[in-house]
Amino acid sequence: MNKNYKNIRAILKRELYGYFSTPVAYVFIVVFLFLTGIFSFYLGAFYERGQADLEPFFRFHPWLYLFLIPAIAMRLWSEERKTGTIELLMTLPISITEAVIGKFLAAWCFTAVALFLTFPMWLTVNYLGEPDNAVILAGYSGSLLMAGGYLAVGSCISALSKSQVVAFVISVVICFLFILSGFPLVLDFFQGWAPQALIEVISSLSFLTHFDSIKKGVIDLRDVIYYLVFICFWLYANVVVIDSRKAA
Amino acid sequence: MAIETQTPAIEVKALDKRFGPIHAVRDISFSVHHGEVLGFLGPNGAGKSTTMKMITGFLEPTGGTALVNGHDVTTDPISVKTAIGYLPEGAPVYAEMTVGGFLNFIAEIRGLDGREKQRRVDKIIKQIHLDSVVNQTVDTLSKGFKRRVGMAQALLHDPDVLIMDEPTDGLDPNQKHEVRSLIKAMADEKKAIVISTHILEEVDAVCSRAIIITAGRILFDGTPDELRSQSDKNNYDDAFRKLTTRFYASQGESGQS
Repeated sequence: MNKNYKNIRAILKRELYGYFSTPVAYVFIVVFLFLTGIFSFYLGAFYERGQADLEPFFRFHPWLYLFLIPAIAMRLWSEERKTGTIELLMTLPISITEAVIGKFLAAWCFTAVALFLTFPMWLTVNYLGEPDNAVILAGYSGSLLMAGGYLAVGSCISALSKSQVVAFVISVVICFLFILSGFPLVLDFFQGWAPQALIEVISSLSFLTHFDSIKKGVIDLRDVIYYLVFICFWLYANVVVIDSRKAA
Repeated sequence: MAIETQTPAIEVKALDKRFGPIHAVRDISFSVHHGEVLGFLGPNGAGKSTTMKMITGFLEPTGGTALVNGHDVTTDPISVKTAIGYLPEGAPVYAEMTVGGFLNFIAEIRGLDGREKQRRVDKIIKQIHLDSVVNQTVDTLSKGFKRRVGMAQALLHDPDVLIMDEPTDGLDPNQKHEVRSLIKAMADEKKAIVISTHILEEVDAVCSRAIIITAGRILFDGTPDELRSQSDKNNYDDAFRKLTTRFYASQGESGQS
Protein backbone atom coordinates (compact mmCIF):
# COMPACT_ATOMS: atom_id res chain seq x y z
CA MET A 1 0.00 0.00 0.00
CA ASN A 2 2.76 2.32 1.06
CA LYS A 3 4.66 1.46 -2.09
CA ASN A 4 1.66 2.35 -4.26
CA TYR A 5 1.34 5.66 -2.51
CA LYS A 6 5.04 6.44 -2.99
CA ASN A 7 4.93 5.61 -6.68
CA ILE A 8 1.82 7.71 -7.23
CA ARG A 9 3.46 10.57 -5.37
CA ALA A 10 6.63 10.33 -7.47
CA ILE A 11 4.61 10.42 -10.71
CA LEU A 12 2.47 13.26 -9.42
CA LYS A 13 5.52 15.32 -8.50
CA ARG A 14 7.13 14.75 -11.86
CA GLU A 15 4.01 15.71 -13.78
CA LEU A 16 3.45 18.86 -11.77
CA TYR A 17 7.06 19.73 -12.39
CA GLY A 18 6.37 19.11 -16.08
CA TYR A 19 3.51 21.62 -16.05
CA PHE A 20 5.37 24.36 -14.27
CA SER A 21 8.69 24.02 -16.05
CA THR A 22 7.10 24.86 -19.39
CA PRO A 23 5.08 27.94 -20.34
CA VAL A 24 1.92 25.78 -20.59
CA ALA A 25 1.03 26.30 -16.94
CA TYR A 26 1.40 30.04 -16.95
CA VAL A 27 -0.38 30.53 -20.25
CA PHE A 28 -3.22 28.35 -19.03
CA ILE A 29 -3.60 30.14 -15.71
CA VAL A 30 -3.55 33.58 -17.28
CA VAL A 31 -6.09 32.61 -19.94
CA PHE A 32 -8.28 30.92 -17.37
CA LEU A 33 -8.31 33.91 -15.03
CA PHE A 34 -8.86 36.33 -17.87
CA LEU A 35 -11.77 34.38 -19.32
CA THR A 36 -13.48 33.72 -15.99
CA GLY A 37 -13.30 37.46 -15.38
CA ILE A 38 -14.75 38.40 -18.75
CA PHE A 39 -17.49 35.82 -18.58
CA SER A 40 -18.69 36.70 -15.12
CA PHE A 41 -18.54 40.47 -15.51
CA TYR A 42 -19.85 40.88 -19.04
CA LEU A 43 -21.86 37.83 -19.99
CA GLY A 44 -22.83 37.02 -16.42
CA ALA A 45 -23.74 40.61 -15.54
CA PHE A 46 -22.04 40.27 -12.19
CA TYR A 47 -22.65 43.90 -11.17
CA GLU A 48 -25.95 44.52 -12.88
CA ARG A 49 -27.66 41.62 -11.12
CA GLY A 50 -27.09 43.36 -7.82
CA GLN A 51 -26.81 40.06 -5.97
CA ALA A 52 -23.94 39.12 -3.71
CA ASP A 53 -23.12 35.68 -5.01
CA LEU A 54 -20.82 34.01 -7.51
CA GLU A 55 -23.49 32.39 -9.68
CA PRO A 56 -22.43 34.36 -12.79
CA PHE A 57 -18.89 33.18 -12.16
CA PHE A 58 -19.68 29.48 -11.83
CA ARG A 59 -22.33 29.48 -14.57
CA PHE A 60 -19.72 29.54 -17.33
CA HIS A 61 -17.33 27.01 -15.87
CA PRO A 62 -18.72 24.03 -17.81
CA TRP A 63 -18.10 25.95 -21.04
CA LEU A 64 -14.67 27.24 -20.13
CA TYR A 65 -13.62 23.78 -19.06
CA LEU A 66 -14.84 22.36 -22.33
CA PHE A 67 -11.84 23.90 -24.08
CA LEU A 68 -9.36 24.55 -21.33
CA ILE A 69 -9.34 21.19 -19.57
CA PRO A 70 -8.69 19.05 -22.66
CA ALA A 71 -5.79 21.43 -23.31
CA ILE A 72 -4.30 20.45 -19.94
CA ALA A 73 -5.03 16.77 -20.32
CA MET A 74 -3.88 16.30 -23.91
CA ARG A 75 -0.21 16.13 -23.04
CA LEU A 76 -0.53 13.55 -20.27
CA TRP A 77 0.00 10.46 -22.46
CA SER A 78 0.33 11.75 -26.02
CA GLU A 79 3.59 13.44 -25.23
CA GLU A 80 5.01 10.30 -23.65
CA ARG A 81 4.11 8.35 -26.76
CA LYS A 82 5.52 10.94 -29.10
CA THR A 83 8.87 11.34 -27.35
CA GLY A 84 9.21 7.66 -26.50
CA THR A 85 9.45 8.28 -22.76
CA ILE A 86 6.48 5.94 -22.34
CA GLU A 87 8.92 3.08 -22.85
CA LEU A 88 10.98 4.42 -19.97
CA LEU A 89 7.93 4.94 -17.76
CA MET A 90 6.41 1.55 -18.48
CA THR A 91 9.64 -0.33 -17.81
CA LEU A 92 10.05 1.25 -14.39
CA PRO A 93 8.71 -0.84 -11.51
CA ILE A 94 5.30 0.81 -11.28
CA SER A 95 1.87 -0.43 -12.28
CA ILE A 96 -0.16 1.20 -15.03
CA THR A 97 -2.82 2.10 -12.49
CA GLU A 98 -0.29 4.00 -10.37
CA ALA A 99 0.92 5.91 -13.40
CA VAL A 100 -2.62 6.77 -14.51
CA ILE A 101 -3.66 7.95 -11.04
CA GLY A 102 -0.46 9.92 -10.53
CA LYS A 103 -0.82 11.75 -13.81
CA PHE A 104 -4.50 12.43 -13.28
CA LEU A 105 -3.94 13.80 -9.78
CA ALA A 106 -1.18 16.06 -11.04
CA ALA A 107 -3.48 17.56 -13.66
CA TRP A 108 -6.21 17.88 -11.05
CA CYS A 109 -3.91 19.64 -8.59
CA PHE A 110 -2.91 21.98 -11.33
CA THR A 111 -6.56 22.79 -12.05
CA ALA A 112 -7.11 23.33 -8.34
CA VAL A 113 -4.31 25.88 -8.32
CA ALA A 114 -5.85 27.72 -11.27
CA LEU A 115 -9.23 27.67 -9.58
CA PHE A 116 -7.75 28.87 -6.32
CA LEU A 117 -6.23 31.86 -8.09
CA THR A 118 -9.73 33.13 -8.85
CA PHE A 119 -9.97 34.12 -5.18
CA PRO A 120 -10.10 37.83 -6.05
CA MET A 121 -13.63 37.10 -7.28
CA TRP A 122 -14.49 35.86 -3.84
CA LEU A 123 -12.84 38.88 -2.20
CA THR A 124 -14.74 41.21 -4.51
CA VAL A 125 -18.12 39.74 -3.76
CA ASN A 126 -17.39 39.82 -0.03
CA TYR A 127 -16.33 43.43 -0.31
CA LEU A 128 -19.46 44.40 -2.21
CA GLY A 129 -21.99 42.58 -0.11
CA GLU A 130 -22.62 39.74 2.26
CA PRO A 131 -22.71 36.55 0.26
CA ASP A 132 -23.37 33.10 1.66
CA ASN A 133 -19.83 31.80 1.73
CA ALA A 134 -20.98 28.22 2.25
CA VAL A 135 -22.71 28.40 -1.12
CA ILE A 136 -19.54 29.74 -2.70
CA LEU A 137 -17.49 26.96 -1.16
CA ALA A 138 -19.97 24.43 -2.54
CA GLY A 139 -19.63 26.08 -5.94
CA TYR A 140 -15.86 25.75 -5.86
CA SER A 141 -16.03 22.10 -4.80
CA GLY A 142 -18.54 21.32 -7.53
CA SER A 143 -16.43 23.10 -10.10
CA LEU A 144 -13.35 21.16 -9.06
CA LEU A 145 -15.25 17.87 -9.21
CA MET A 146 -16.53 18.72 -12.66
CA ALA A 147 -13.01 19.62 -13.79
CA GLY A 148 -11.95 16.17 -12.57
CA GLY A 149 -14.57 14.63 -14.86
CA TYR A 150 -13.30 16.53 -17.89
CA LEU A 151 -9.71 15.65 -17.00
CA ALA A 152 -10.43 11.94 -16.72
CA VAL A 153 -11.94 11.99 -20.21
CA GLY A 154 -8.98 13.96 -21.54
CA SER A 155 -6.42 11.68 -19.94
CA CYS A 156 -8.03 8.56 -21.37
CA ILE A 157 -8.29 10.03 -24.86
CA SER A 158 -4.71 11.28 -24.81
CA ALA A 159 -3.58 7.68 -24.25
CA LEU A 160 -5.14 6.79 -27.60
CA SER A 161 -3.08 9.08 -29.78
CA LYS A 162 0.46 10.24 -30.33
CA SER A 163 -0.87 13.57 -31.49
CA GLN A 164 -1.86 16.09 -28.86
CA VAL A 165 -4.05 17.91 -31.35
CA VAL A 166 -6.07 14.80 -32.10
CA ALA A 167 -6.37 14.08 -28.39
CA PHE A 168 -7.55 17.63 -27.77
CA VAL A 169 -10.21 17.63 -30.48
CA ILE A 170 -11.65 14.24 -29.57
CA SER A 171 -11.72 15.12 -25.87
CA VAL A 172 -13.58 18.34 -26.59
CA VAL A 173 -16.16 16.48 -28.65
CA ILE A 174 -16.73 13.85 -25.97
CA CYS A 175 -16.96 16.43 -23.20
CA PHE A 176 -19.35 18.43 -25.34
CA LEU A 177 -21.62 15.40 -25.65
CA PHE A 178 -21.62 15.06 -21.88
CA ILE A 179 -22.67 18.70 -21.55
CA LEU A 180 -25.28 18.49 -24.27
CA SER A 181 -26.95 15.38 -22.95
CA GLY A 182 -28.86 17.53 -20.48
CA PHE A 183 -30.13 19.92 -23.14
CA PRO A 184 -33.58 19.88 -24.76
CA LEU A 185 -31.80 19.75 -28.13
CA VAL A 186 -30.62 16.23 -27.41
CA LEU A 187 -33.48 15.14 -25.21
CA ASP A 188 -36.10 16.20 -27.76
CA PHE A 189 -34.45 13.90 -30.23
CA PHE A 190 -35.21 10.95 -27.98
CA GLN A 191 -38.57 12.27 -26.79
CA GLY A 192 -41.55 10.47 -28.23
CA TRP A 193 -39.97 7.19 -29.15
CA ALA A 194 -37.48 6.32 -26.43
CA PRO A 195 -38.78 5.12 -23.05
CA GLN A 196 -38.91 7.79 -20.37
CA ALA A 197 -36.38 5.88 -18.28
CA LEU A 198 -33.77 6.09 -21.04
CA ILE A 199 -34.32 9.80 -21.45
CA GLU A 200 -33.80 10.27 -17.75
CA VAL A 201 -30.61 8.26 -17.89
CA ILE A 202 -29.30 10.35 -20.77
CA SER A 203 -30.16 13.58 -19.05
CA SER A 204 -28.64 12.34 -15.80
CA LEU A 205 -25.33 11.79 -17.57
CA SER A 206 -24.94 15.50 -18.20
CA PHE A 207 -22.28 17.53 -16.45
CA LEU A 208 -24.70 20.43 -16.28
CA THR A 209 -27.49 18.63 -14.46
CA HIS A 210 -25.12 17.67 -11.69
CA PHE A 211 -23.31 20.96 -11.53
CA ASP A 212 -26.49 23.07 -11.37
CA SER A 213 -27.55 22.10 -7.90
CA ILE A 214 -24.03 22.14 -6.48
CA LYS A 215 -23.37 25.64 -7.72
CA LYS A 216 -26.57 26.75 -5.98
CA GLY A 217 -25.08 25.45 -2.75
CA VAL A 218 -26.94 22.15 -2.58
CA ILE A 219 -24.40 19.38 -2.23
CA ASP A 220 -26.39 16.30 -3.05
CA LEU A 221 -24.49 13.11 -2.37
CA ARG A 222 -25.78 11.74 -5.70
CA ASP A 223 -24.07 14.53 -7.63
CA VAL A 224 -20.80 13.96 -5.85
CA ILE A 225 -21.04 10.22 -6.48
CA TYR A 226 -21.85 10.90 -10.13
CA TYR A 227 -18.62 12.80 -10.64
CA LEU A 228 -16.53 10.31 -8.67
CA VAL A 229 -17.93 7.34 -10.57
CA PHE A 230 -17.48 9.22 -13.83
CA ILE A 231 -13.81 9.90 -13.00
CA CYS A 232 -13.17 6.29 -11.95
CA PHE A 233 -14.82 4.97 -15.10
CA TRP A 234 -12.66 7.05 -17.44
CA LEU A 235 -9.48 6.36 -15.50
CA TYR A 236 -10.24 2.67 -15.65
CA ALA A 237 -10.71 3.02 -19.41
CA ASN A 238 -7.39 4.86 -19.46
CA VAL A 239 -5.65 1.89 -17.81
CA VAL A 240 -7.29 -0.50 -20.28
CA VAL A 241 -6.17 1.58 -23.25
CA ILE A 242 -2.55 1.65 -22.10
CA ASP A 243 -2.56 -2.01 -21.21
CA SER A 244 -3.94 -2.95 -24.62
CA ARG A 245 -1.08 -1.08 -26.29
CA LYS A 246 1.33 -3.54 -24.72
CA ALA A 247 -0.13 -6.37 -26.71
CA ALA A 248 -0.31 -4.40 -29.94
CA MET B 1 24.46 -8.15 -5.57
CA ALA B 2 24.08 -11.86 -4.95
CA ILE B 3 25.54 -14.06 -7.62
CA GLU B 4 23.65 -17.19 -8.51
CA THR B 5 25.63 -19.25 -10.93
CA GLN B 6 22.93 -21.91 -11.14
CA THR B 7 19.91 -19.95 -12.36
CA PRO B 8 20.52 -17.80 -15.40
CA ALA B 9 19.92 -14.06 -14.99
CA ILE B 10 17.80 -13.97 -18.12
CA GLU B 11 16.02 -16.95 -19.54
CA VAL B 12 14.13 -16.41 -22.77
CA LYS B 13 11.72 -19.21 -23.54
CA ALA B 14 10.18 -19.59 -27.00
CA LEU B 15 9.49 -15.87 -27.24
CA ASP B 16 7.20 -14.98 -30.11
CA LYS B 17 5.72 -11.71 -31.29
CA ARG B 18 3.32 -10.78 -34.06
CA PHE B 19 2.26 -7.26 -34.97
CA GLY B 20 -0.82 -7.99 -37.05
CA PRO B 21 0.47 -9.69 -40.20
CA ILE B 22 4.13 -9.07 -39.31
CA HIS B 23 5.86 -11.87 -37.51
CA ALA B 24 8.60 -9.90 -35.77
CA VAL B 25 10.07 -12.47 -33.41
CA ARG B 26 9.80 -16.19 -34.05
CA ASP B 27 10.22 -18.64 -31.25
CA ILE B 28 13.46 -17.32 -29.79
CA SER B 29 15.13 -19.03 -26.82
CA PHE B 30 18.42 -18.25 -25.09
CA SER B 31 19.75 -17.53 -21.64
CA VAL B 32 22.27 -15.12 -20.17
CA HIS B 33 24.29 -15.74 -17.02
CA HIS B 34 25.76 -13.28 -14.56
CA GLY B 35 29.10 -11.97 -15.72
CA GLU B 36 28.21 -12.48 -19.36
CA VAL B 37 27.97 -9.67 -21.90
CA LEU B 38 25.69 -10.73 -24.70
CA GLY B 39 25.88 -8.87 -27.97
CA PHE B 40 22.61 -8.92 -29.83
CA LEU B 41 23.38 -8.47 -33.50
CA GLY B 42 21.30 -8.29 -36.60
CA PRO B 43 20.24 -6.10 -39.48
CA ASN B 44 17.75 -3.31 -38.82
CA GLY B 45 14.26 -4.66 -38.30
CA ALA B 46 15.52 -8.10 -37.32
CA GLY B 47 13.58 -8.11 -34.04
CA LYS B 48 16.35 -7.11 -31.64
CA SER B 49 14.47 -4.22 -30.07
CA THR B 50 11.19 -6.13 -30.00
CA THR B 51 12.86 -8.96 -28.10
CA MET B 52 14.33 -6.53 -25.59
CA LYS B 53 11.01 -4.78 -25.18
CA MET B 54 9.39 -8.09 -24.33
CA ILE B 55 12.06 -9.05 -21.80
CA THR B 56 11.68 -5.70 -20.06
CA GLY B 57 7.90 -5.95 -19.98
CA PHE B 58 7.14 -3.06 -22.31
CA LEU B 59 5.52 -5.33 -24.89
CA GLU B 60 3.48 -8.42 -24.22
CA PRO B 61 4.72 -11.52 -26.06
CA THR B 62 2.30 -13.27 -28.40
CA GLY B 63 3.77 -16.54 -27.20
CA GLY B 64 6.45 -17.78 -24.80
CA THR B 65 7.91 -15.79 -21.94
CA ALA B 66 11.10 -14.45 -20.39
CA LEU B 67 12.38 -15.02 -16.86
CA VAL B 68 14.62 -12.51 -15.14
CA ASN B 69 16.25 -13.80 -11.95
CA GLY B 70 13.53 -16.41 -11.95
CA HIS B 71 10.62 -13.93 -12.19
CA ASP B 72 8.26 -14.41 -15.11
CA VAL B 73 7.70 -11.15 -16.97
CA THR B 74 4.18 -12.10 -18.05
CA THR B 75 2.95 -12.85 -14.53
CA ASP B 76 5.20 -10.75 -12.29
CA PRO B 77 6.33 -7.77 -14.36
CA ILE B 78 7.03 -5.53 -11.36
CA SER B 79 9.70 -7.90 -9.96
CA VAL B 80 11.30 -8.13 -13.39
CA LYS B 81 11.30 -4.36 -13.81
CA THR B 82 12.76 -3.95 -10.34
CA ALA B 83 15.67 -6.23 -11.20
CA ILE B 84 16.45 -4.76 -14.60
CA GLY B 85 18.19 -1.59 -15.64
CA TYR B 86 16.99 -0.74 -19.13
CA LEU B 87 18.19 1.76 -21.66
CA PRO B 88 15.54 1.95 -24.40
CA GLU B 89 16.54 2.71 -27.98
CA GLY B 90 17.41 6.38 -28.41
CA ALA B 91 17.60 6.79 -24.62
CA PRO B 92 14.33 8.67 -24.10
CA VAL B 93 14.47 11.08 -21.15
CA TYR B 94 11.96 13.72 -20.01
CA ALA B 95 13.22 16.73 -21.92
CA GLU B 96 11.85 19.45 -19.65
CA MET B 97 13.51 18.10 -16.50
CA THR B 98 16.95 18.92 -15.19
CA VAL B 99 19.41 16.05 -15.02
CA GLY B 100 19.36 16.11 -11.23
CA GLY B 101 15.56 16.31 -11.09
CA PHE B 102 15.21 13.44 -13.50
CA LEU B 103 17.60 11.17 -11.60
CA ASN B 104 15.83 11.99 -8.36
CA PHE B 105 12.53 11.02 -9.94
CA ILE B 106 13.96 7.68 -11.10
CA ALA B 107 15.41 7.10 -7.62
CA GLU B 108 12.01 7.69 -6.02
CA ILE B 109 10.30 5.28 -8.40
CA ARG B 110 13.04 2.79 -7.61
CA GLY B 111 11.98 2.99 -3.97
CA LEU B 112 14.93 5.00 -2.66
CA ASP B 113 14.50 7.91 -0.32
CA GLY B 114 16.26 10.15 2.15
CA ARG B 115 20.02 9.92 2.42
CA GLU B 116 20.26 6.65 0.53
CA LYS B 117 18.59 8.31 -2.45
CA GLN B 118 20.98 11.25 -2.29
CA ARG B 119 23.96 8.92 -2.00
CA ARG B 120 23.00 6.87 -5.05
CA VAL B 121 22.19 9.88 -7.18
CA ASP B 122 25.50 11.53 -6.27
CA LYS B 123 27.37 8.32 -6.93
CA ILE B 124 25.89 7.79 -10.37
CA ILE B 125 26.49 11.42 -11.32
CA LYS B 126 30.17 10.93 -10.50
CA GLN B 127 30.39 7.54 -12.17
CA ILE B 128 28.86 8.68 -15.47
CA HIS B 129 30.54 12.12 -15.33
CA LEU B 130 27.40 14.23 -15.29
CA ASP B 131 28.66 16.74 -12.69
CA SER B 132 28.89 19.58 -15.15
CA VAL B 133 25.28 19.34 -16.34
CA VAL B 134 23.34 18.42 -13.18
CA ASN B 135 21.32 21.63 -13.23
CA GLN B 136 20.79 21.80 -16.96
CA THR B 137 17.52 20.71 -18.51
CA VAL B 138 17.82 17.61 -20.66
CA ASP B 139 16.74 19.27 -23.90
CA THR B 140 19.74 21.61 -23.76
CA LEU B 141 22.17 18.67 -23.68
CA SER B 142 24.20 17.21 -26.52
CA LYS B 143 23.39 13.75 -27.79
CA GLY B 144 26.29 12.22 -25.93
CA PHE B 145 25.19 13.71 -22.63
CA LYS B 146 21.59 12.67 -23.20
CA ARG B 147 22.74 9.12 -23.76
CA ARG B 148 24.73 9.28 -20.56
CA VAL B 149 21.69 10.50 -18.66
CA GLY B 150 19.83 7.50 -20.07
CA MET B 151 22.60 5.20 -18.87
CA ALA B 152 22.66 6.85 -15.46
CA GLN B 153 18.94 6.19 -15.20
CA ALA B 154 19.46 2.51 -16.04
CA LEU B 155 22.34 2.07 -13.59
CA LEU B 156 21.02 4.14 -10.71
CA HIS B 157 19.67 1.27 -8.62
CA ASP B 158 22.74 -0.90 -9.30
CA PRO B 159 20.77 -3.60 -11.15
CA ASP B 160 22.36 -6.99 -11.68
CA VAL B 161 20.66 -7.34 -15.06
CA LEU B 162 21.29 -4.65 -17.60
CA ILE B 163 19.64 -4.37 -20.99
CA MET B 164 20.73 -1.67 -23.41
CA ASP B 165 19.30 -1.09 -26.84
CA GLU B 166 21.99 0.36 -29.10
CA PRO B 167 23.89 2.16 -26.33
CA THR B 168 26.55 3.55 -28.66
CA ASP B 169 24.37 4.42 -31.65
CA GLY B 170 25.00 7.96 -32.89
CA LEU B 171 27.89 8.71 -30.55
CA ASP B 172 31.30 9.96 -31.60
CA PRO B 173 34.31 7.63 -31.30
CA ASN B 174 35.39 9.00 -27.93
CA GLN B 175 31.94 8.64 -26.49
CA LYS B 176 31.68 5.13 -27.88
CA HIS B 177 34.91 4.23 -26.22
CA GLU B 178 33.66 5.62 -22.94
CA VAL B 179 30.40 3.68 -23.08
CA ARG B 180 32.30 0.51 -23.90
CA SER B 181 34.67 0.85 -20.98
CA LEU B 182 31.67 1.45 -18.76
CA ILE B 183 30.07 -1.77 -19.99
CA LYS B 184 33.29 -3.70 -19.46
CA ALA B 185 33.59 -2.38 -15.92
CA MET B 186 30.08 -3.57 -15.20
CA ALA B 187 30.72 -7.02 -16.59
CA ASP B 188 33.54 -7.31 -14.07
CA GLU B 189 30.97 -6.69 -11.36
CA LYS B 190 29.23 -9.90 -12.42
CA LYS B 191 26.21 -8.25 -13.92
CA ALA B 192 24.36 -9.92 -16.74
CA ILE B 193 24.40 -7.54 -19.68
CA VAL B 194 22.61 -7.59 -23.00
CA ILE B 195 23.42 -4.97 -25.59
CA SER B 196 22.06 -4.71 -29.08
CA THR B 197 24.13 -3.22 -31.83
CA HIS B 198 24.78 -3.38 -35.49
CA ILE B 199 28.37 -2.32 -35.08
CA LEU B 200 30.36 -5.51 -35.28
CA GLU B 201 33.58 -4.25 -33.70
CA GLU B 202 31.56 -3.77 -30.57
CA VAL B 203 31.35 -7.52 -30.25
CA ASP B 204 35.08 -7.76 -30.10
CA ALA B 205 35.38 -4.80 -27.77
CA VAL B 206 32.91 -5.78 -25.06
CA CYS B 207 30.99 -9.00 -25.63
CA SER B 208 31.70 -12.43 -24.27
CA ARG B 209 28.99 -13.93 -26.42
CA ALA B 210 27.14 -13.01 -29.59
CA ILE B 211 23.72 -13.83 -30.97
CA ILE B 212 22.83 -12.97 -34.53
CA ILE B 213 19.17 -12.56 -35.19
CA THR B 214 17.61 -12.06 -38.60
CA ALA B 215 13.94 -11.85 -39.52
CA GLY B 216 13.02 -12.81 -35.97
CA ARG B 217 15.14 -15.98 -35.84
CA ILE B 218 18.45 -16.81 -34.17
CA LEU B 219 21.07 -17.60 -36.82
CA PHE B 220 24.10 -17.84 -34.61
CA ASP B 221 24.80 -18.17 -30.90
CA GLY B 222 28.38 -18.45 -29.70
CA THR B 223 31.54 -16.67 -28.61
CA PRO B 224 33.06 -13.87 -30.70
CA ASP B 225 35.86 -16.21 -31.74
CA GLU B 226 33.41 -18.78 -33.00
CA LEU B 227 31.61 -16.08 -34.93
CA ARG B 228 34.83 -14.94 -36.57
CA SER B 229 35.78 -18.44 -37.53
CA GLN B 230 32.60 -18.66 -39.61
CA SER B 231 34.34 -16.57 -42.22
CA ASP B 232 37.32 -17.56 -44.33
CA LYS B 233 38.87 -14.14 -43.82
CA ASN B 234 38.47 -14.45 -40.07
CA ASN B 235 36.64 -11.16 -39.59
CA TYR B 236 33.21 -10.24 -38.17
CA ASP B 237 31.85 -8.32 -41.13
CA ASP B 238 32.47 -11.18 -43.42
CA ALA B 239 31.00 -13.74 -41.02
CA PHE B 240 27.95 -11.59 -40.48
CA ARG B 241 27.37 -11.09 -44.19
CA LYS B 242 27.87 -14.74 -44.86
CA LEU B 243 25.39 -15.86 -42.23
CA THR B 244 22.70 -13.35 -43.11
CA THR B 245 22.94 -13.67 -46.88
CA ARG B 246 22.90 -17.42 -46.62
CA PHE B 247 19.74 -17.10 -44.60
CA TYR B 248 18.07 -14.70 -47.00
CA ALA B 249 19.07 -16.81 -49.96
CA SER B 250 17.40 -19.81 -48.39
CA GLN B 251 14.30 -17.67 -47.80
CA GLY B 252 14.31 -16.32 -51.33
CA GLU B 253 14.25 -12.74 -50.06
CA SER B 254 16.52 -9.82 -50.79
CA GLY B 255 19.40 -9.32 -48.39
CA GLN B 256 18.86 -5.66 -47.67
CA SER B 257 15.37 -4.94 -46.42
